[in-house]
Amino acid sequence: MIPSSWYLILSAVLFSMGVAGFLIKRSLVTVFMSIELMLNAVNLSFVTFAHEWHMVKGQIFVFFVMMVAAAEAAVGLAIIIAIFRTRATLNVDQIDLMKF
Amino acid sequence: MHLALFLIFAAFALAGATNLLLQKHPINAALSLIVVMSSLAVLYLLLGAEFLAVAQIIVYAGAIMVLFTFVIMLLNEGVEEKTHGSRVAKIVGFPAVAVFLSLVASVILAEQNHLSPVGLNDGIIRIQDLSAVLFRDLLLPFEVTSVLILIAILGAVALARKDGHE
Repeated sequence: MIPSSWYLILSAVLFSMGVAGFLIKRSLVTVFMSIELMLNAVNLSFVTFAHEWHMVKGQIFVFFVMMVAAAEAAVGLAIIIAIFRTRATLNVDQIDLMKF
Repeated sequence: MHLALFLIFAAFALAGATNLLLQKHPINAALSLIVVMSSLAVLYLLLGAEFLAVAQIIVYAGAIMVLFTFVIMLLNEGVEEKTHGSRVAKIVGFPAVAVFLSLVASVILAEQNHLSPVGLNDGIIRIQDLSAVLFRDLLLPFEVTSVLILIAILGAVALARKDGHE
């Protein structure tokens, strides 16, 4: 028997690492991977709370998050390919056309 | 048993995430992300979510990460260039992350007594219950998701296609 809070802490730490990766990483693909890490961390919280309150719908929500993440990955990687084709770089410092 | 499994796979997940931050080459980062996702699947299993553990392996570690590795290899992306990065990220971003993490951790630790402990055999949600909710109560959202996936596939093909003029 281990406390639920351990799972939640692990989830929070993974989420923060995802945010840190989003800020540190300079390659578009790894920035995108950090977003996937954040989604996974949030999913762990959902599953933990579904277990805590014995709610099936918490797990269904994770299922929907997975589906949306799959769609997002497909479109996002297509956008990355399109960017690479026009700019010939994946460095986020050089893709700053919309930067304020 | 439960404690040992949790500690091992939580350590795997944290090590994978740390490696993702430290690696310079995107393919190494992708492989460490696969480690994180697979160990999260084991943690789902410990939390009684059998279906999600399998879906995590198939959808995330399988489909999504294969897509990532394909794109990395297709674009032949080399080692990440070292730049000093954004100043805003350094000044605002990292303190905000630290504040967020400490805030969430303090809330979780303060409410720790209201949460019940997790055992290995309790709260296993059977796939029958899951499918009853998914295909009866939430049938419309489920069907809408399939349309979303279809649109995403079409969008991906349209975006990644070469222009006809060239």
